[in-house]
Amino acid sequence: MRVGAGPAAVDVVGFGFRYSGRPEWAVRDMDVRIEPGERILLTGASGSGKSTLLTAMAGLLGPDSGDARGAVRVDGRTAVQARDRIGILFQDPESQLVMSQAGDDVAFGLENRGVPAGEIWPRVRAALDAVGFGYPLDRSTHALSGGEKQRLVLAGAMVAEPGLLLLDEPTSQLDPDGAELVRAAVARILADRGTTLVLIDHEASPWLPLIDRVLEVQFGTTQAGVLELAPRWRPTVPVLPPRPSAQSRSNGTQGPLLPIGSTQGVLHSNGEDPLLRAAGAGYSYRADTAARPALALTDVELTAGQVTAITGPNGSGKSTLGLLLAGLKAPTVGRIVASPKLAGRLGDRPPHRWRARDLVHRIGTVFQNPEHQFLTGRVRDELSLGPLRAGAGDRAAHDRAEELLQRLGLHAYADANPFTLSGGQQRRLSVATSLATRPSVLVLDEPTFGQDPVTWAELVGLLAEARDAGTAVCLISHDARLVDGFADQELRLTSGVDHRQTAGFTGPGAAETPRSSDDQLGRNPTK
Amino acid sequence: MSTPSTPHRTEPVDLPGSGHQHQSELPAAQSGWRTVDIVVTAVIGVAFGVVFWAWNLLWSATGPAFVAFPPAQAFMYGIWLLPAVLAPMIVRKPGAGIFAETLAALVSTLFGSPFGPATLLYGLAQGAAAEFGFAIFRYRKFTWSSALLAGLFAGAIAALLDLVLYYPTWAGNWQLTYVSLVAASAMVIAGVGAVLLSRALVATGALSQFASGRAGT
Amino acid sequence: MTTAGTVTGTPPAVWLGRINPVAQIVAILAITVTALATIDLLTPAVLVAAELALLPAAGLFQPRALLAKTWPLLLSAAGVAWVNLLFSASGGWDWTGSAALALRVIAVALPGVLFVASTDPVRVADALTVHWKVSTRFAYGALAAIRLAPLLVLEWQAIRLARRARGVDAGRNPIAAIRLFGGAAFALLVAAIRRGSRLALAMDARGFDATAGSTERTNARGSVLRSRDHLYVAGAVLLCATTTAASVATGLWHPVFSS
Repeated sequence: MRVGAGPAAVDVVGFGFRYSGRPEWAVRDMDVRIEPGERILLTGASGSGKSTLLTAMAGLLGPDSGDARGAVRVDGRTAVQARDRIGILFQDPESQLVMSQAGDDVAFGLENRGVPAGEIWPRVRAALDAVGFGYPLDRSTHALSGGEKQRLVLAGAMVAEPGLLLLDEPTSQLDPDGAELVRAAVARILADRGTTLVLIDHEASPWLPLIDRVLEVQFGTTQAGVLELAPRWRPTVPVLPPRPSAQSRSNGTQGPLLPIGSTQGVLHSNGEDPLLRAAGAGYSYRADTAARPALALTDVELTAGQVTAITGPNGSGKSTLGLLLAGLKAPTVGRIVASPKLAGRLGDRPPHRWRARDLVHRIGTVFQNPEHQFLTGRVRDELSLGPLRAGAGDRAAHDRAEELLQRLGLHAYADANPFTLSGGQQRRLSVATSLATRPSVLVLDEPTFGQDPVTWAELVGLLAEARDAGTAVCLISHDARLVDGFADQELRLTSGVDHRQTAGFTGPGAAETPRSSDDQLGRNPTK
Repeated sequence: MSTPSTPHRTEPVDLPGSGHQHQSELPAAQSGWRTVDIVVTAVIGVAFGVVFWAWNLLWSATGPAFVAFPPAQAFMYGIWLLPAVLAPMIVRKPGAGIFAETLAALVSTLFGSPFGPATLLYGLAQGAAAEFGFAIFRYRKFTWSSALLAGLFAGAIAALLDLVLYYPTWAGNWQLTYVSLVAASAMVIAGVGAVLLSRALVATGALSQFASGRAGT
Repeated sequence: MTTAGTVTGTPPAVWLGRINPVAQIVAILAITVTALATIDLLTPAVLVAAELALLPAAGLFQPRALLAKTWPLLLSAAGVAWVNLLFSASGGWDWTGSAALALRVIAVALPGVLFVASTDPVRVADALTVHWKVSTRFAYGALAAIRLAPLLVLEWQAIRLARRARGVDAGRNPIAAIRLFGGAAFALLVAAIRRGSRLALAMDARGFDATAGSTERTNARGSVLRSRDHLYVAGAVLLCATTTAASVATGLWHPVFSS
């Protein structure tokens, strides 16, 4: 059943596409020729239609998806006809795996194409070897890390020996280690130039050694098309907002405005007490007390106007620590202690026992997936909900929502359903909904995950404003650029530890004991 | 190099507006259930299975009260029957109700449902009954009338199964009361609920791949 | 967490898991029909005894694990007994009849517990498509969706926490609790439909829609019916027949809905 072999050529001729039910074209006037064996990076601004173009090259835009103009051909056949010559990898591995065992999942594509059962398993093994998947065939797909899952999906695409491999942001949902796993696997399978490659990835730089040509997809009111970029093209790196001096600090928000130490990277440098701290806090799932805890004993202090980054490999409990600090989960060991300034009339009660409406204007949380946080059907309502819950009047809540709409450039979408916004807009909205109640502490789980450079810069701008207004910002992040450039202190969690995350700690309540913070609360080396 | 390597320039390039020319050679797959129809119907079933499981957790404290007086459980049925009505409203294919409801039953069985394979039997029967609500209109109307009828039929069949399985010794008038109670509550909760839910889903843009999600936009 | 893990993970290799799923399904149907046809004490008692004997074959040795899987079942059986005591047409307190009904519920439900504990959903899909010619499109489409169940459980947990983070909780108000639950269920549904749409695209990219056309899908694992599968079905049918015969012979057999 092997139709053809070797790398495929791609011809895009005057191609345009409009999704069903949409008035506007997603792409138009696309013309490009890709030679067999070439490796292409496709760039373009958000909404330029590069993803649509890639989907069309995959032959996945059928007539019920919308109206097409022109043609996309792979080795002379339409992309739809040539589907058996094309493999594609999307962002999220979880939405691509079908079977519960690794081998079965790779076999899936061959079964669909009617390959005799006897031929399937040798080819599955070969494909798994080719991507460097080091587990047996019966490995549960749920037990793999993100990068390993994506490698498996890649094996599932490569097992059919495609002449054209398309990668649609294959690393944007992965941590740096996972992304490296995927890039290494792609480099391996492309070494013989047996497959043509077309790639989209926000994180373009690490791919460049592999790439022959960079094409920019343009789509605006004046021009549309595919532009060939210079061979020495390099992606632009977003610029971090400068740290303002004390006088010029923004007064746009009225959070607790506290003095900020002039020297960065020093823990509560001016003797400021932490607003919130974890004191030997740890977490284990009740069901498996014998197993490794989800979070080993940890100490960390969040101080007003300071940015704390929590980093570490998957499984080290970063997100769990975030939930503890956010007052959303109770630690199974140790304590989360709010300062009197933060707790106010709530006294000594731990944050996880605060009422939600008391929590929301003290500690704000931004979850990884913005859609998990949306509660209303309108962007405007979404922004005024928090203030209303926290006891602000209608008038005040409305004004706050207006102010944030302006600030975010979301005014045109004030009455839109939050679920219909683009990914970047959703992310900005979810950060804004948390800022709406002016919390003194803000905890964010992977705020820049999968964001394009424009959204990245906007998000960091928002967070810088919050910090400058005196908010204690806590970032859980894999994003090295964010952590290196923006954080004042970094807590690096280690996975698989049985020992505490902080040296010199003797037990709950003893957190005041001076301790060396060098091994875990390592200061940011760039500061 | 590939076997048919020379580019075929003979094929006509579609003119703007003429749209579908090069797509006439599509596989016949598109006429019946598309993959997205199948998977989304199945996922609706699975999501409801998860919701049922969560619901059981939430009410594990009050659950025994329901068990002790099943007529009160009639209310619960409305929620159980939602996928059977909602899935056909969204994908608009004959059989979507059976498929989604059976999978919801299957997943709640996998998570540990009280009734084991009986749940599956219920899923099949309720899904099939709900289909009648749409079949009456030859799968052309997906509005209040079809949704309410689907809820009514599904509720009635669920109540009848209950009588066979659990309450065969009840007095006749009790049996009649029970069936009417369950059917009525299913009509209201599953029927009305499915219509409101499908509208709310359309508003989120999540149904853009379906005709139901594009109507009116 | 633990619940989520067991849904699509491969069950341990146990004896019952080696019986072909279609054979297990036939046996379950035979037992379900037998149990439902009558209201007497003998029939469900024998069936439940046989099912209990099979528990070790499904890897259910530990009483605690068994209880964890069956407590809702036991609770509902108790509920059925209680309700039938209250609402029975005969008027008096029919203890035997209520006990019979409770046992009947257990007899119908236990085979499902055995099946789920012992059998991998992938093998079920394989067996159904190979032996009963169930549509591969629907079987593997459903399988792919079921694989998402543990992920949806994790999403559910995140959604619930996110409500609190937004300043919304129910306190002790049950109406607010139901509204909150409904809102979370809606968010889950949106997430599930989005994920399902992406998954469908990825499946088509790997040729899944080809099987709707001319291509005949093959199966890499296969599904074989062996003599032990036939013996298993024969055993189940024999059990049902003898039980019913004994019940009839002793005069206990009482068809459902006959007064």
